[in-house]
Amino acid sequence: MPGPSSLARRRFLTGGAAVGAGALLAACTSNESPQSAPQAVAGTAGQNAQPGKHVTIGFSAPAADHGWMAAMTKNARTQAGRFSDVTFTATEGTNDVNQQIAQVETLINQKVDVLVILPFDGKALTQAGQQAMDAGIPVVNVDRVFDTPLAYRTWIGGDNYRMGVNAGNYIAAELKRKGVASPVIGEVAGIDSLPLTQERSQGFKDALAKNGFRVGPRVSAQFTPESGEQMTANLLQSASKLDALWNHDDDQGIGVLAAIDSARRSEFFLVGGAGSRNMMDLVKADSSVIKATVLYSPSMASSAIALARLLGQGKGIGDLAEHEIPATVTTYSAVVTKENVDSYADVAFDS
Amino acid sequence: MTKDSSSVLPEATPAPPPRAAPPAAKPARGRFPVDARLAGLFGVFVLLCVVGWLTRPDAFFTEGNLSTVLRLAAAIGVVSVGMTFVIISGGIDLSVGSIVALSSVWATTLATQSFGPLVMVICALAVGLGCGLVNGVLVAYGRVVPFIATLAMYASARGLAERISGRNTQVVRQSGFLAFFRGDLLGIPVLIWMFAAVFVAGWVLLNRTTFGRRTFAVGGNTEAARLAGIRVKRHTALVYGVAGLCCGIAALMVVARTTSGASTNGLYYELDAIAAVVIGGTLLSGGRGTLTGTLIGVLIFTVLGNIFTLNNLDTDIQNIAKGAIIVLAVLLQFRSRRRARRST
Repeated sequence: MPGPSSLARRRFLTGGAAVGAGALLAACTSNESPQSAPQAVAGTAGQNAQPGKHVTIGFSAPAADHGWMAAMTKNARTQAGRFSDVTFTATEGTNDVNQQIAQVETLINQKVDVLVILPFDGKALTQAGQQAMDAGIPVVNVDRVFDTPLAYRTWIGGDNYRMGVNAGNYIAAELKRKGVASPVIGEVAGIDSLPLTQERSQGFKDALAKNGFRVGPRVSAQFTPESGEQMTANLLQSASKLDALWNHDDDQGIGVLAAIDSARRSEFFLVGGAGSRNMMDLVKADSSVIKATVLYSPSMASSAIALARLLGQGKGIGDLAEHEIPATVTTYSAVVTKENVDSYADVAFDS
Repeated sequence: MTKDSSSVLPEATPAPPPRAAPPAAKPARGRFPVDARLAGLFGVFVLLCVVGWLTRPDAFFTEGNLSTVLRLAAAIGVVSVGMTFVIISGGIDLSVGSIVALSSVWATTLATQSFGPLVMVICALAVGLGCGLVNGVLVAYGRVVPFIATLAMYASARGLAERISGRNTQVVRQSGFLAFFRGDLLGIPVLIWMFAAVFVAGWVLLNRTTFGRRTFAVGGNTEAARLAGIRVKRHTALVYGVAGLCCGIAALMVVARTTSGASTNGLYYELDAIAAVVIGGTLLSGGRGTLTGTLIGVLIFTVLGNIFTLNNLDTDIQNIAKGAIIVLAVLLQFRSRRRARRST
């Protein structure tokens, strides 16, 4: 049957040509290099920085499909590169749980010394973590926590609840300082179905309540600039007067700021979340409504690599009295303002 | 003329004198089923506006809010105009959201930004048109089913957008671009002018030109269209090109609104646009539809979102309401189609 097969071949060739042209165009216009300026990572110092026993660190993370996640992978890689005694074995990022399990199994079979796992879904990857621990490979679980401590040696991650608390406390303190009586406080949350968003919102609500305030107009966006703009444009119409607004995520914050700018509103102040370079620059410039951002920093990925190395070398953390690395490390969601922004510039990330 | 009609009328009317009333009503419905449903759809829209006004009399009918609603409707509205063409021609385009993402990212790369606003505009339009034409060529000449061809574009265009942007949000520093597209013209935001212009141009193209008539013909009966001398393949490719161009225009709007290009732009646009087109009364099987219906469909969804936010309600209930509206509209469409068939 020459007809169908030649037709099929033609279709295949057409498709191949289209893909090839696309890739070529991408190569021509890519501006990856000027954008990806060297990602700064928090420095490590002290005796532990001295080269020690050689350690092979296996790394598995979700696909770097947005700024924060991209920064996590980038930070881990950069940090590993700083140690002369570390070999870094990273797998391709994936949002497919099955594939990530397979990747972790591959790393176990390669007999890496320590595993750093940022699971796409903590619950689903628990078994894989446990398998590694059973094989005698200590696991550093990053951010999204496994179901049981049996599956990790150490967990390091952010504190979503405290992120909300610190945003709420900062806003309350500012409003009290300004002597605003019954303020209207808005909130632009992230994806509402995620536990992390719920925790952030709960912390925010609790902190405001403790100060005698409450959350007024609230919308939830999708962590993207476009959704941030859409939801905020509506929110600003809903509230003719605002005193403060907390936005959970600096990437969607670009859209939030654009909406505020379009509506020509400036009677309130905005607090961001996560700590992108872009927002930190704006906080520093102090020329727009954004006055602060609450950290949820991807620097935790750098710390995870540092911890993994120490685990591999059997060392503890320098200044602590403990002989071992602690079982959990929770990063602090500091509030970055104009006053302290310079000292946090090293953990800012490109959103 | 008058002689003609007087000679025709006696021929048509003599048979059923007792049943004069029902047949007169039925053909009217049969001949203008779309208009009847458009009126119903417009009723739903008015009803929503009344709800908005009743629940927030202080905020709903303000100039700021109406302008916000229209600006929010603009990008998805422009995409839906293109989608209407594709669906009337009997196809479907699942790639519109990804094309918006790719066009927006391409227009905001540092390289294009440094060449000024005009280059950004040309980039967005060219990428949109190009992607649309690739879709069209695959569908028309490659004989790939539209669903599959545009599904491939859906995946690869967003992948390419992620690749080009390095998954970073690319903030627009080109002040000329922002000043124009975020500005006003005669007191009305430029985005709303653009939306209006695309809608009017689309309406004229669909209803007043050969291109439009051919689109209906291709969607209604491809074989008949071919026999009538229409170059069906070329026409199909061009229809997808129109949809792609609309995505390029929408990308400019999104970039202006968010002051950035991101690979996450245009998420779920394909679903929103198809929903708007379908509740606007355009048949998914092709051959019939109106842009006015699509416009009202887009406005219904945008106003719905606006009302929910104005009243500080959860978005999940909004999605349920969206679903209910879609089902209701399609059921209505079914009934009016049956009625139309019965009358012929």
